[in-house]
Amino acid sequence: MACVSSEPLLVLDSVSKRFGGLTVLDGVSLSVGARDILGLVGPNGSGKTTTVNLITGIHHADSGTIVFDGLRIDRLPSFRLAPLGINRTFQVPKPFRAMTVRENIEVAAYFGGHGAKRSDSDIDTILREIDLFEHADDRARSLTVNQQKRLDLGRALATRPKLLCVDEIGAGLNPLELRHMAELLQGIASRGIALIVVEHLLDFLNLITDHVIVLSAGRTLFEGSLKDASHDREVVAAFIGG
Amino acid sequence: MMMYVALALGLNLLYGFTGYLPFGYVGFFGAGAYATALIVLHARLPMYVCILCGGAGAVIIALILGPLLRLSGAYFSIANLASSQILLSIVSNQDLSKVTGGPYGLNIQQVYDPQSSYLAMLVIMLLAIGLTGYFRFSRFGMALRALFEDPTSASMIGINVVRARLIVWLLSAAVAGLAGGTYAWYISVFYPDSVFASEISVFAIVFALFGGVGTVIGPIVGAVVLYAFYNAIGISEPQYFEFLYGLLIALLVLFLPNGILSLLTRRGVRVV
Repeated sequence: MACVSSEPLLVLDSVSKRFGGLTVLDGVSLSVGARDILGLVGPNGSGKTTTVNLITGIHHADSGTIVFDGLRIDRLPSFRLAPLGINRTFQVPKPFRAMTVRENIEVAAYFGGHGAKRSDSDIDTILREIDLFEHADDRARSLTVNQQKRLDLGRALATRPKLLCVDEIGAGLNPLELRHMAELLQGIASRGIALIVVEHLLDFLNLITDHVIVLSAGRTLFEGSLKDASHDREVVAAFIGG
Repeated sequence: MMMYVALALGLNLLYGFTGYLPFGYVGFFGAGAYATALIVLHARLPMYVCILCGGAGAVIIALILGPLLRLSGAYFSIANLASSQILLSIVSNQDLSKVTGGPYGLNIQQVYDPQSSYLAMLVIMLLAIGLTGYFRFSRFGMALRALFEDPTSASMIGINVVRARLIVWLLSAAVAGLAGGTYAWYISVFYPDSVFASEISVFAIVFALFGGVGTVIGPIVGAVVLYAFYNAIGISEPQYFEFLYGLLIALLVLFLPNGILSLLTRRGVRVV
């Protein structure tokens, strides 16, 4: 499942990003196949979230190219990417707080899903999948953080993505919640949606994928299986120091 | 009264649905008044076309000021206030007397018609009510609510945030421009200071806030109640009016920041 497939869906080619004098990404290249699950790990400040921000159009790369489905996307704004099939969740969940859970999903289905009319049953399916069906009429602001993270995920799913970037969705969840979240992500991946999973919790990541890229100080340090990563001298040095 | 209902609703379109508070909202009102009057003086067109030109004049000003939307919060309000003052300075410039009448204002008494202009204002008020209802209940309105809540997330689900804000900005300006054009028609003689008076912005803001922004009936209730209050004592005893008015605003901000209609929503009544 987690192997690199023949046709890459997303290709980053020596992408760099600076904020002022600080180089956050320094020539990162990676590719994600149509059914891949790629884990993105690395110490704080290594550029994981920035990589996701560049892929999802929140920021734009200073140099390098990003190609998705054969189309260059590194200059496109976020709202153009949703219809192409790229979506994400946020490290700190960003739901539409004053809207109900159902409205959060509806608005995403309408505007992100190519303006196509989606039936209520589609929305119910998503609500059940993220286990918020009972909360459909609650305001998003009344949800717990764990529920808001699932709502972020559901909203992204409503746009029918081909590629879903998940930014530290495991942070702050208890072991039981983590296991449910891992099952949820596996279910999404099994439908053929490619995933990029940014994560600090390696045990959690291990439940989802074996294929990881380790970033450190804006460069790719390692690509391969999570198990091998833990034996790689440079990776260990980057994480523990040495 | 109807004019202030329209202005409070027009301001509510922008502030209630995008969060931009235009302290210089009167700029569009004045631009509409001048555009309408100048068309009346220089072209023989039916009056309703002249008023539409007033709306168009305000929209053109809004387009020029569009980049202001890049500012946020108080900075937007201040820049907008400044831009309305710039417009005032331009039209009241002595050297432009031949074009704008300079400080002496414009006179369009030849088209004076209190009844028709009253009806025109009624139409504009209904238009503002209709627009607000559209914002409240359409898909576009849903997108506006989403981007008001969280612009990043809204963009991520495919909403063109910049375009949506610009549309609201232009429509809000158009309402003020149409109201300004009709006002010019109604009073038929006006000075720069009277159609660019900052009190007009303040009234529109306070009326909308008093009733409750983001709703259809909030600004209507606010404009009706407070304008009646203004008429009752604002002209005869302005000193008490200013005092009570200030007190009212302070109490409102402290205890009912979402307007008097929030008294109803808190009790579970759905307010349109």
